Amino acid sequence: MSLTTTDVKKIAHLARLNLSDEDLVTYTAQLSNILNFVEQMSQANTDSIEPIAHSLELSQPLRPDVVTEMNERKEFQAIAPQVEAGLYLVPQVIEG
Amino acid sequence: MAHKTIAQLSNELQTKKISSVELTQLFLDRIKRFDKQLNSFITVTEEQALSDAKKADEERSKGNAHPLTGIPFAQKDIFCTKDIKTSCGSKILDNFISPYDATVVTRFKESNTVLLGKTNMDEFAMGSSNETSFYGTVKNPWDLERVPGGSSGGSAAAVAAYLTPGATGTDTGGSIRQPAGFCGISGIKPTYGRVSRYGMIAFASSLDQGGPMARSAEDLALLLNVMAGVDEKDSTSIDKPVPDYTQTLNNSLNGLRIGLPKEFFESGLDNEIATLIQSAIQEFKKLGATIHEITLPNSGLSIPAYYVIAPAECSSNLARYDGVRFGYRCNEPKDLEDLYKRSRSEGFGNEVKRRIMIGTYALSAGYYDTYYLKAQKIRGLIRQDFVDAFKNVDIILSPTSPTTAFKLGEKTSDPISMYLSDMYTIAVNLAGLPGLSIPAGFIKNLPVGLQLVGNFFDEARLLNAAHQYQQVTDWHTRTPEGF
Repeated sequence: MSLTTTDVKKIAHLARLNLSDEDLVTYTAQLSNILNFVEQMSQANTDSIEPIAHSLELSQPLRPDVVTEMNERKEFQAIAPQVEAGLYLVPQVIEG
Repeated sequence: MAHKTIAQLSNELQTKKISSVELTQLFLDRIKRFDKQLNSFITVTEEQALSDAKKADEERSKGNAHPLTGIPFAQKDIFCTKDIKTSCGSKILDNFISPYDATVVTRFKESNTVLLGKTNMDEFAMGSSNETSFYGTVKNPWDLERVPGGSSGGSAAAVAAYLTPGATGTDTGGSIRQPAGFCGISGIKPTYGRVSRYGMIAFASSLDQGGPMARSAEDLALLLNVMAGVDEKDSTSIDKPVPDYTQTLNNSLNGLRIGLPKEFFESGLDNEIATLIQSAIQEFKKLGATIHEITLPNSGLSIPAYYVIAPAECSSNLARYDGVRFGYRCNEPKDLEDLYKRSRSEGFGNEVKRRIMIGTYALSAGYYDTYYLKAQKIRGLIRQDFVDAFKNVDIILSPTSPTTAFKLGEKTSDPISMYLSDMYTIAVNLAGLPGLSIPAGFIKNLPVGLQLVGNFFDEARLLNAAHQYQQVTDWHTRTPEGF
């Protein structure tokens, strides 16, 4: 599987990453190599195999529906890049 | 005193030969003296350590002594520590002061262990050499021109150089075992779910597992006693009783069935390592074990499957670093997309970006079946190989890595050659099994690790076998020159 620089540009956008033109060439080669490497998986016959997301057969445990978490907004916002009046600030999204 | 094991230090504290404050000062002094060469710590918490130590001494004098009370200890910088910087080896978390403690950290606090500091690591635990850390490469105490392994390379180097008696690590594809092997120490990755992941910064959530790193199997048992157990804050932690791992260390190995996977002794293995592993096998025979050849026919597919599954999970987990709620934010973003893109591009290093992009691609429309679903099916095959093998054997033995520690810079330009250094460890994570690495000899003064893999929740048997081996060998007591 060989990727083009256009493919990698699209992937980078989906992952919300900027790549310089120089990086784009390097990553295109490296990601293509990695995809070629993982291509070995196609050798395995997995027609009758169930995919597993997890090796132990687990189910999500349930707990009583009671409040266990406290409001820690102040602690959490103390480490935020920019807050005002209890809100996280980001650049304007909707034109005013 | 600094060269003693945790078990020995615990005894020294108990018999009042030394106080925790004195012991803590001793290790803080060693960190000051030696860590400029090694770079194994990102943060040294001197004040906290001395106040922890004072408290530990008080608890001991009141008769409230846990075996680990007053023992100096280090946390890999992936575990959140309240009010202390938790960077995960990344620029994006360089300014992150955690508002809470990881459960593992809480448990060590409850036993009044002393926190010396936070150890260096590959960025977000993605790497096998510690060279992807934003805080610079860690050096191997056995040869300062070589890597300590990764991603828990800071913990491994610090333990090997006696800068701390023990440390935590995390293991997603070999990140406890491979650096333990490269640095000549002992380390165990428990069964998936044995140790809480709450507050352990996520890389690949279905594979990540925390565990202890120290100088002997006995010390690992003492540390795992504190770390293991269900946690209501981690819904994937397993509600299963935790045995006292120190109680079974002295069990006889008579009749223990050890399996040797033939695939791990074929191509790619260094001849001298193979010879050392054969000597270790002879020791286990003398201890009463029987040796059986087994096969793990799909193990060759474990690295390809891992490099789909781990990046897929990482691309999802690392989406949270967006420059909005915590961590690095770029200067003067012009709009929201610019904020996301520049914060992430400036904050993440190359290996992390590579993995995020591979994962994004593997999960994207049209490729999901080819990559992610296929990898999850191969994961099923690999797990089944182990289930079949454990019908006939109790423990699986192999080298930890195909080579000894490689030179700094040797593999940085070729990601795949770096990935292949985890060829014996990765399948164990995909299957969720426990595995440990202990020193089994030296080649040209570089340590060689021996890996033991057990059945689900069979950590006690692994530690028992490792401890018995360490009773008849002294590889784990060797000291790198100058430390």
